[in-house]
Amino acid sequence: MWESSGLRQTMAEKIFSSKVGRKVSAGEYITAPVDLVMSHEAFSTAASRLIAVGIDRIWDSDKVVIILDHLVPPANERMATIHDQIRKMVKQFGIRQFFDAYEGICHQVMVENGFVRPGNLIVGSDSHTCTYGALGCAASGIGGVEMSYVLATGELWFRVPSTIKIILTGELPPRVYAKDLSLSIAMQLGLQFAQYRSIEYVGESASKLSISSRMVLSNMSVEFGAKFGFFIADDKTVTYLKSIGVDDAKGFGPDEEATYEGEHRICADTLEPLVAFPHSVDNVHPVHEALGIPIHQALIGSCTNGRIEDLRAAAEILKGRKVASSVRLLIYPASRAVLRQAMEEGLIQSLLEAGATLCPPSCGPCFGGHGGVLAPGENCIASTNRNFQGRMGSPEANVYLASPATVAASAWRGVIGDPREVA
Amino acid sequence: MFGDHINTDLIIAGRYLHTPIPEAAGHTFEAVDKAFAQNVSPLDVIVAGQNFGCGSARDAAPLVLKHLGIGCVLAEDFARIFFRNAITIGLPALAVRGISGKVQHLDEISVSLDSGIVSIIRTGDVLKTTPFPPQMRTIIEAGGIDNLLLNFKRDGNV
Repeated sequence: MWESSGLRQTMAEKIFSSKVGRKVSAGEYITAPVDLVMSHEAFSTAASRLIAVGIDRIWDSDKVVIILDHLVPPANERMATIHDQIRKMVKQFGIRQFFDAYEGICHQVMVENGFVRPGNLIVGSDSHTCTYGALGCAASGIGGVEMSYVLATGELWFRVPSTIKIILTGELPPRVYAKDLSLSIAMQLGLQFAQYRSIEYVGESASKLSISSRMVLSNMSVEFGAKFGFFIADDKTVTYLKSIGVDDAKGFGPDEEATYEGEHRICADTLEPLVAFPHSVDNVHPVHEALGIPIHQALIGSCTNGRIEDLRAAAEILKGRKVASSVRLLIYPASRAVLRQAMEEGLIQSLLEAGATLCPPSCGPCFGGHGGVLAPGENCIASTNRNFQGRMGSPEANVYLASPATVAASAWRGVIGDPREVA
Repeated sequence: MFGDHINTDLIIAGRYLHTPIPEAAGHTFEAVDKAFAQNVSPLDVIVAGQNFGCGSARDAAPLVLKHLGIGCVLAEDFARIFFRNAITIGLPALAVRGISGKVQHLDEISVSLDSGIVSIIRTGDVLKTTPFPPQMRTIIEAGGIDNLLLNFKRDGNV
């Protein structure tokens, strides 16, 4: 299935060993070259720092991918200037892999365009860079300032993390999804059970999950403190990569008898739709405890849940129905490609006829720094990844996190609703 | 004094992420205390519980704290990305087990980055931090990542 290193290593240990050129184990501090660097609007911080110090070359501009997604479209002159600066700096540094505004959310664009490979090491100036773990890639977030160091040198220091195994068993019931699985992990294990650790999601159920569903779980791993959130790169991964033109991908996974720090079993069989209440990702309740909470805004999108699978789930609920008049339903497809496919499948038609509003492929209201933010006292149910106080606008607003199906059911009802109760 | 899971959205909200740090710093911890930025004095110490700095990778979080003159952050433990960012930009962040139970608001604290020893003047308690990893020591001793970059520019290596 995949090559063993013969050294009984976890995925993180194998990848770091391969980068460093010798056997390294959990707990060791190393300096490793990275395969790829991803940045978004934070590139203006990182690149400005290089220029200020007088460094005019990136170590390897072909290993850098820049994607504009957070300030899209620019809502004021300051944002427009940041974009303008980045377009100039990208040329200045010879970076050809540049995705201008409207291509999509950085993590989606990275995966769709074949930049993510099993067994690779990627750092990005965004905490949800761990999303790429879904394809067996060691990927983690760093800050814009540290990014300037990597851009100059092509390497970064790391501590090799120990690994926690999450064994997924059972089958997801109808209208229950990967997002609910992730919220269940939050509910059972909390916000820091995986602090500084690598997570490996394994088990029969893990291998049954689609790539898109794996991305949900890998994406949310940072909310538990994790450095990496891996799925084994199996036949499904290789097939997906071939479908997007990456022909030389190989399977990748841990060695048998690798050493793990701990393991947890999460069973999907009895899972219900879940909702993370304000203001914490682990403040999770079954949807029946949320029924009736009035909703002012509903959001389907984000790097967590903005893909075709998510739009299909939402359209299935909303087709032929109308969004409640008190609710603003915003749809942010994670990329231009997702939007195009959704149009071909008639999903956008169904959602628009239901009364949804279509928004540009971008981060949108998720981080509260752009459009679609909330007024004091408003409630939003969103398919995003964080609901800290003030995350989506007013500190007196409330953000509830859920799957796209639960968001859609709530948009229809006007109050938080159970997607299983929709015919 | 802060509790557990103080996240980076709380430290500096998304709407201020693309404003210059001197301007953004005035809005530090705005959601919990509008007057926080005005009331901070140079060398004030933040003492917090577990998982300080969880959430987004924004460097603005440690940068605004440093800009306000915060001397250091002492917490039970830190979220990974915040910890790296703090050291990278030159804001001392020390994980000290047991600190949150021992300190009261307005206490005077003496911190030695070299030895990792934290002394609480009022009670005479002495606590020890977990030592920094070697690469972090290099960054701290160099005074931040910018100096390492200057070395790189000059010598071609760090």
